[in-house]
Amino acid sequence: MNTTVKFGLVIAVVVGTLGWVAASGVNEDTASYYKTISEIEKMDANAKMKRLRVGGDIEKGSIKRDGKLVSFVLVEESRKMNVRYDGNEPLPDTFRDGAQALVDGRIEPDGTFHAAKISAKCASKYEAKPGGNYKKENSINERAS
Amino acid sequence: MENIGALAILLAFCLTIFSIAASLIGAWKKKPFLIVSAERAVICVWGLVTLASGLLIYALMTGDFRLAYVAAHSNKAMPMIYKFSAWWGGQEGSLLMWNFILATYALVVVLQNRRKHREIMPYVTTTMMVTQAFFLMLIAFLVPPFQVLSTGGKAIVDVGDGQGLNPLLQYWTMVIHPPTLYLGYVGYIVPFAFALGSLITRQPGDSWIFTTRRWAIVTWLFQSTGILLGAGWAYSVLGWGGYWGWDPVENASFLPWLTSTAFLHSVTMQEKKGMMKVWNLVLVAATFFLCIFGTFLTRSGIVSSVHAFAQSPIGPYFVAFLTVTIAITVLLILSRLDYLKSEAPLESVVSRESSFLFNNLILLASCFAILWGTLFPVISEAIAGEKISVDAPWFNRVNVPIGLALLFLTGVGPLLAWRRSTPDNLKRNFMWPALGMVATIAILAGFGISHFYALLSFGLCTFVTWTIVSEFFKGTMAIRQKDGLSFVPAVIELTHRNTRRYGGYIVHMGIVMMFIGFTGAAFNQDTTVEVKVGDKFPLGRYELKVTDIKMGQNENFIWQNAVVEATVDGKPYATLTPERRIYEKSQQPVSMVDIKRRLNEDLYINFAGMGSESQLPTIQAYVFPLVTWIWAGYWVLLFGSLICLVPAKIKMQYARTEVVGVSTKNVPATK
Repeated sequence: MNTTVKFGLVIAVVVGTLGWVAASGVNEDTASYYKTISEIEKMDANAKMKRLRVGGDIEKGSIKRDGKLVSFVLVEESRKMNVRYDGNEPLPDTFRDGAQALVDGRIEPDGTFHAAKISAKCASKYEAKPGGNYKKENSINERAS
Repeated sequence: MENIGALAILLAFCLTIFSIAASLIGAWKKKPFLIVSAERAVICVWGLVTLASGLLIYALMTGDFRLAYVAAHSNKAMPMIYKFSAWWGGQEGSLLMWNFILATYALVVVLQNRRKHREIMPYVTTTMMVTQAFFLMLIAFLVPPFQVLSTGGKAIVDVGDGQGLNPLLQYWTMVIHPPTLYLGYVGYIVPFAFALGSLITRQPGDSWIFTTRRWAIVTWLFQSTGILLGAGWAYSVLGWGGYWGWDPVENASFLPWLTSTAFLHSVTMQEKKGMMKVWNLVLVAATFFLCIFGTFLTRSGIVSSVHAFAQSPIGPYFVAFLTVTIAITVLLILSRLDYLKSEAPLESVVSRESSFLFNNLILLASCFAILWGTLFPVISEAIAGEKISVDAPWFNRVNVPIGLALLFLTGVGPLLAWRRSTPDNLKRNFMWPALGMVATIAILAGFGISHFYALLSFGLCTFVTWTIVSEFFKGTMAIRQKDGLSFVPAVIELTHRNTRRYGGYIVHMGIVMMFIGFTGAAFNQDTTVEVKVGDKFPLGRYELKVTDIKMGQNENFIWQNAVVEATVDGKPYATLTPERRIYEKSQQPVSMVDIKRRLNEDLYINFAGMGSESQLPTIQAYVFPLVTWIWAGYWVLLFGSLICLVPAKIKMQYARTEVVGVSTKNVPATK
């Protein structure tokens, strides 16, 4: 067997193994489907079993903390969805009223979304709005107590 | 003032266009004055970009709140240092900084090579200025940093005070993380420009590699530093206790690091054996394009990420720029294939050459896998019509075996002989390290550790450490015998003789330490509790008690903290005070975790907030074993890289295709 063939074989084995690991890794535990709230409302029971990733805004005043459990309402174009979270990862600091959030998890039988992971981004809070309407917000944060 | 800034950017843009045209025409018509003129234009571009940057920084520092950028990213109460760092706190400003760094690099290159490399310099200038023109175009026309706030497009408004820099960025590592990463990102344009230049002009030999070796190492060091600063920031600020989450933005910074690491290894092959010439060009080009791609990924919003910039119109321009430049590079390489012929064949699967090859293969496989995973939502939407994303467990599943394979090669590669290794050679070099590995695994398994990857990783860490130490030991002993030096001077002498080789070993040692730190993650412990003041709760070997909740206020933020006392076996261990802040201007809450760092494990406490109804504090406590090793490993890596930059005492003249690099191994190790 000449050297080129040997190299070819080793490379094929390495690439093949990695390809297999990568492809077989895309499964229930690691992959999630981007859906909108309105799409979820239309989904059948079977499709709802999948892990989903849903984006939206956090409804103002809806965040409730009860020990480990955090619940809130996610709004997307006037459609609402209840979300609860009891994971061990702390919620990001950007998670608060009015922020954009991306929740990752599954639908519970009662229709609540059970999030395993939440990421949040401040809705263009730091982007300037040229052209006027420069309002200053003075809302005192409710958690400052 | 904003007019001067905007004008400077516009002028700089025009000058880059002039510089490109003058370089190309000068090279084509053989007119040296045009080439020199193009280089002077580079100097002017630097002056103008520096002026624009200076004006923006001045506006931020003095609080000129007529400017949209200043109003959005600065406020009066912010400490000076953060007002300065607001320069790169937003899209427009950070693109300006990109330009500034690029212009500075171009300036240094032009000044360094006034009398050298005259034949390829026009193309080097062109490459850098094409990139510069692109980035200047972005801030001149698409996302101008000197936009003023106005009502109805007429009257300029001064809003009096700004919204302040995102409080999450108000932390010391965030002051240096972006510039460091940018220095690394942008820096790879220099090796790329020289590679392209010598390709176009068909330079004999590999002078571009020698010319840009230092650049490559320095920029690689900046990339490594930037990535680790980011990881350190995530760990100490974001409060989720991780340092790496496979977020698209993190991946974007990691991809070029992988290819540049591959490049740093495979250039050795070209220097010593004249092999892998095409490959090296592909790698240096890939690194450069991935840097641009990373910038694009962070700013275009094509994949959702926690810390990406806001969606902006610049995405399509990046795609166009990348497409055109990649096409040109590929065409150039294809048209010069004869010039890039390898001077020696690969002879054996078990040889130094092949270990470089596999190192490259694995680094690139990892790079490809991460790229694929990052773009999976885009790809799956295009193919299957459904946007599917993969997250951290997928990336770990793929990259943990890759990392371990790489760690293995780190140990094996340097000890294999060039051309081919005999079984005898293998046995002599690897018997003891391999036994050390087996012993480590056996001992750890004996202590009840059953995590497969963790065992393998610790075993490999022993293996690699052993090979590195024995390399130093053998070389040192040889010098002691020959020159009669005592041990420490002999080690220094050895390192000084071949700084790149031994500096490289030290870098490898740093990487091993980081792997020890990464492996610690397999043993993380955590708990989340809602407790009354005075209540105790356990975590691992610690007992934790919240003794007090305090609050207060300063001009920048209001704060509230929890005083947590930790005891081990009833003895006081530490008092931690995790804090929550709410910044006045942005109303952004920020948690400041408190960490008790030790070499064996970190105790990490986050104050998650007060319950809405119970009004009790929620505390999240974690134990992170071995994390400190990652940061310690970085210092070793830094030290090793700096040694690589010291010129070697003995200039090795290699005759090509001769067996080299085994000099120390011919000397029996005497004890």
